[in-house]
Parts: sequence; C-alpha cells; structure tokens
Amino acid sequence: MIEVRLFATLRKGRGKIFYLEADVCQNGSQVLEHFSIPHEEVAIFLINGFHSSPDSEIHDGDVLAIFPPVGGG
Amino acid sequence: MSASYYEKTARINLTTGEIKIEKTDLDLARKFIGGRGLGTKILYDEGVAAVEPLSPENKLIYITGPMTGSPTPSSGRYMVCTKSPLTGMIACSNSGGIWGAKLKFAGWDALIVEGEAPEWTYIHIEDDKITLLNADEYVGMMSEELDAKLREKHGEKASILNIGPAGEKKVLLAAIMNDKDRAAGRSGVGAVMGSKKLKAIVVNASRNNISDIIADIDALKAANSECLKILKANPVTSEGLKNYGTGILVNIINNIGTFPTKNWQESYYEKADDISGETTADTCLVKANACFRCPIACARVVDINGKAVGGPEYEPMWAYGGNCGNNDLGAINEANMWCNEYGLDAISVPCTIAAAMELYQRGYIKEEECDGIPLKWGSTEAIVEWTKRMGNPESPLAWLMSSGSARLCEHYGHPEYSMTVKKQEMPAYDARGIQGIGITYATSNRGGCHVRGYMISPEVLGLPEQLDRTTIEGKAAWAKIFQDLTAVIDSMGNCLFTSFALGAPQYAALLNAATGTSYTPEELLVVGDRIYNIERMFNKAAGMKPEDDRLPKRLTEEPIADGPSKGQISQIKLTLPQYYEARGWVNAFPTDDTLRKLGLDECVGK
Repeated sequence: MIEVRLFATLRKGRGKIFYLEADVCQNGSQVLEHFSIPHEEVAIFLINGFHSSPDSEIHDGDVLAIFPPVGGG
Repeated sequence: MSASYYEKTARINLTTGEIKIEKTDLDLARKFIGGRGLGTKILYDEGVAAVEPLSPENKLIYITGPMTGSPTPSSGRYMVCTKSPLTGMIACSNSGGIWGAKLKFAGWDALIVEGEAPEWTYIHIEDDKITLLNADEYVGMMSEELDAKLREKHGEKASILNIGPAGEKKVLLAAIMNDKDRAAGRSGVGAVMGSKKLKAIVVNASRNNISDIIADIDALKAANSECLKILKANPVTSEGLKNYGTGILVNIINNIGTFPTKNWQESYYEKADDISGETTADTCLVKANACFRCPIACARVVDINGKAVGGPEYEPMWAYGGNCGNNDLGAINEANMWCNEYGLDAISVPCTIAAAMELYQRGYIKEEECDGIPLKWGSTEAIVEWTKRMGNPESPLAWLMSSGSARLCEHYGHPEYSMTVKKQEMPAYDARGIQGIGITYATSNRGGCHVRGYMISPEVLGLPEQLDRTTIEGKAAWAKIFQDLTAVIDSMGNCLFTSFALGAPQYAALLNAATGTSYTPEELLVVGDRIYNIERMFNKAAGMKPEDDRLPKRLTEEPIADGPSKGQISQIKLTLPQYYEARGWVNAFPTDDTLRKLGLDECVGK
C-alpha cells in the first residue's frame, strides 16, 4: 500500500489522503498522473519525509507528501 | 535631500522632556543602510551595550530604512533597536503594518528615546511637531482598545504603536504592537518601552509618500516594476502566502519530521493537519491582510466567536499547537489574540508554556503552583489562560514564566528543558533534521531566531535551490550569505518575505535608485556582513561569551525520537568552526583584520 498525502491547492477537487495498492504506480510521475496533477504544479515531492524527484521509484509502504510552491516563516 | 532620508532624527529624553532634532548622519546611513544596521551602530557608538536593559540609561530606537514608505514592495517596515532585557544582548525587532511608513511620511528617519518619564506618557507626532502627553488614563489598557481610543482622539488616519499590560509590567517577553495586530515581537522590546513609562506613539502625517526625497524616481519606478513582475510570477509570493498564510508550513515541516512537539521531545505531530494553514483556510479564515504596499498579503484575519481578529503566523500555530501537544486551532487563535492584546511575543510565550508543561510532566512544577489550571499537554484552557497570566503576571509561577523559559527552567534546576539560544526561544524547525538552520540559531546575534538567516528556504522549500537538509557541506557559507542578505533587507525597510522571489541584484537596484548609491549585489552583501559584525561587537561589549553561540543539549545529545527524521542530531560542533572561518571570526568574535576589512576600524582592539 502507498499512502499519498496532498496539500494546499493540490487538495482542491481531489482530497487529502489516499491509499493506493502498491502495484498501481511504480514511480512518482505515475502517482501525479493518477491524480491528474501537472508536474509544474509540484514544488516539493517527499518520499518518507525526504525530498525526492517525482521520477523516483516508489515501494510498498512508502508515504508520499506532495506540495505546490510554498513559503513562510 | 535626495537620499531617501529626511535627514531628521528626534532624540526624546523622557526624564527631562527635552526633544532635540538631530541631523541623520548620511555617511553613517550609507555605510549601514538604515534601520537595523544604522540603529545598531548608533547604540554601539553611544555605549548602550554596557547599560542595564531596564534602566533609564537604555535607549530605544524606532528607526526606518531608506525604503520605508517608498513605492517599493512591502515597504512598511520599521525596527526597534535596543539592548534586550531577555538576552542582555542586541535587540532589533522588525514590524510591518503602516506605522513605520507614517513615521517617515511625517518627516522622521528615526526616534531615539532615552530616560524614564516621571509619569505614564505617550508621544504624539504630527509632522514636524512632537508632543509628550500624559497617558495615565490608558494604563492597564489592552492594545486594541488603546489603538481605538487614541484614534478616536487623534483621528482615524493616525497610526498607533503601543504596549499592552505586559510591557507596562516590564514582562521580559513583552512586544511592541502597532496597527492593532502587527508586532515588533521579539527580545522583550516592549519591556524596555514599559521601563520608560512610554505607553504609545501616535503618528499623524500630512504626506502619503516620500517621492520628494528619492534620488532617482524614474529608476526607482523601473526597479519597482521589475520587482513586482518577479513577485507576481513567483507562485509563493503571488498566490501561496495569500491563500494559506505562513501556516502553510505546518504540514511540510511536519512531513519531513522536523516539527518540534511537546517542547522538542518529539519531532512529528500526528494531528498537525488540524492546526495547519489549510485547515485555517477551510474553517476560520475571514480574509488575508496586507501591510503597507505589500503584494504578498501573508497576514490572516480569523474568526473567533463572530469577531474578526488578527490570526496567528506559522510560529504561534506551531508553538501553541504541536509544541504544547494541542490540536485545537480555535484555542491557538484565541491564545494568539491574547498575545496581541497583552502585547506579548507570540513565539516565546507559547514556547515557555511548552517548557513549563515539560517541567509539569516531569513533576518539577507541582499541581499546587498552577492556581487551578494544570500545565497539561494539550490543555486548551492552559494555553489560553497561562498566556493571559503571563501578560499580567501576579502569581510567582506566572512571573517566572513571563521571564521566559531559560529563567523558568533555571529556577527549577533543569536548564536543559529550555529550548533557547542566548535565552531566547527557538522557533518552529528542528535543527537536528535541518542542519543549516542550526547554524542560524546558534549564531544569531539576537538569540534563537529564524528570520536572521532563513535556511529553511534552501534546505526545505528549495529556494533559490534545493539543498539536502541532512548534510553539512557548504551550509556555513550558505548561512552566512542568508544572514548578510537578511541584514541588508531589514536595514532597507522592505519585508524579508520579498526574498522568496527577489535576490541581491533586485535589492541593489531598489536601494541605488532610492539613495543614489551604486552598490553592486556583491558590495551590498559586504554591507550586510558589516551589519552582522557590528551587532556581534555590540554583543561582545555587552558581555557575550563564545559559549553563548550554542544549541540546547537536546539538539546535540538526543537524536530525534520519532517520525521521518528519526535518529538525526545536530552537527553544530562541526559546522560552527566552518562558519567562524567563513566570517573571519575566532572564538565567536571578529578578528581585527576582519573588522578593518569591513570598515569597522572603530571596533579594532575592543
């Protein structure tokens, strides 16, 4: 199972948290495609809390957290 | 006059009532830009480092930068420079709103307030005219009510800066408020104002711009236009901060496992989404608010039981939230509102409550000391009511807590539970999992602080480029550049948040057009370096020791206990020597060579 967490504007029309069967997507790009999220809307792509490329492979048990461009302080 | 200064500084002695008009030293202003840089230089030259912070000998400088009030992005900033009663070192607290711009419109670059008034006083400025007025009727008044009363008296267009009850009582965590919910929040500047029996400063100005003192208005318009384009094209400064405020950080910082929880005992908070910028937008956001000439509009107005009030930034959302084990956003909004009303630092107050909760958890603070409101993790009653108690302390524990977590934890014999640097509470990013921000915390001249070199930008947000947050390579040099650029932006009088999109070339273009200078971006960073060093020399004169550049033991000896960053620990012992080398410092202080190179010859041998 892959846990996918969406944040900020990426939640609009989609939702917050999803669980995908591990064989549905092999890498981050396929996850973005699955949720119809254009690559250019993604600024931060975390796999298990670490910054990763959406091209990275994903594995059963991974937690993905996907953010649009954000700032603050 | 064409250097973006009115060349007028008012020196107001509250002991004698004397008001002297001095010519702002333009050479000095150019060398230190203005604001934070010039304010610190004046304090250093006038020997303020050696005085008792809450004595009449301390000076309180309200100072604008050359860009304050100018037609440039987010240019409403002013700074309060003084010796901090919390840290015993330099305080420079920066605020937005419109008060700073109005002070400039009235024709003043800075106010230097000295002495102690014989009775409670407020200052009324109406263009050239400065009057000291009796403030007895306003004593004890909350900040927002005082704002309304003074505008009733001096007109709706008046801009008000004031202290609430906390500043009056010289609470070491007291802030200075302006324009209702904007704060010069950190380092206890409100206590210094209270020690001078100065309740408020009201500004009325006939001007509404400073075009008459801009060196090259056409060049400034062009530079401004370029900056606005960049800000608009950047998704963070055009949409992200407006839509979600700084609270957007709650989820990202938590998802990388660096969201300090329960006074930094943990670093991942399961319920973080309940207190996030997204949840604010979905449940209680009334509108986004903008300071003077700000296209970013990061400030929040939130609904509390039908009343629209200034909402919390990311820091208090975290500090009253995860750091106190609390996921009730309504309680966070309310506690934050009380910080604004009493005039309190909305970072240090909740962090001190978190430290008190850990002392209570471990049995050092006893139930009977709590006056009916136990300091239990997650207690919404505790975070709201103890904030009020700290704003107007009466019981021994409220007094102790109002002095910050360093003094509180020291009192109970456990200084290790105070998550402070130089006695000031660290903000919302666990430096065990983000190595560069630890350098900023440890070496910040005003103590634990994130806005003195926001390494979160490159290490987490990928701005201007993504660094690996877990490694130390190159981080010392990055931290130095961020610190130096921040010193420049602060001193100019623009908001630091513009730097999510703008860089040194844009700031140089704005400053050169306004002041007639010809700084290259590289030269501008040297000015930032100079400012950082004059602050450090102030601290040295104030008695700072090399061991004050340190992180709490929890960050260097206890690896992160849980979450995505489990097992990580701060490498500050390795990065600090690298940082000193990058700065040209030995044992935490600049060498004489470094001082000479930066044009700080007056500090050589000191």
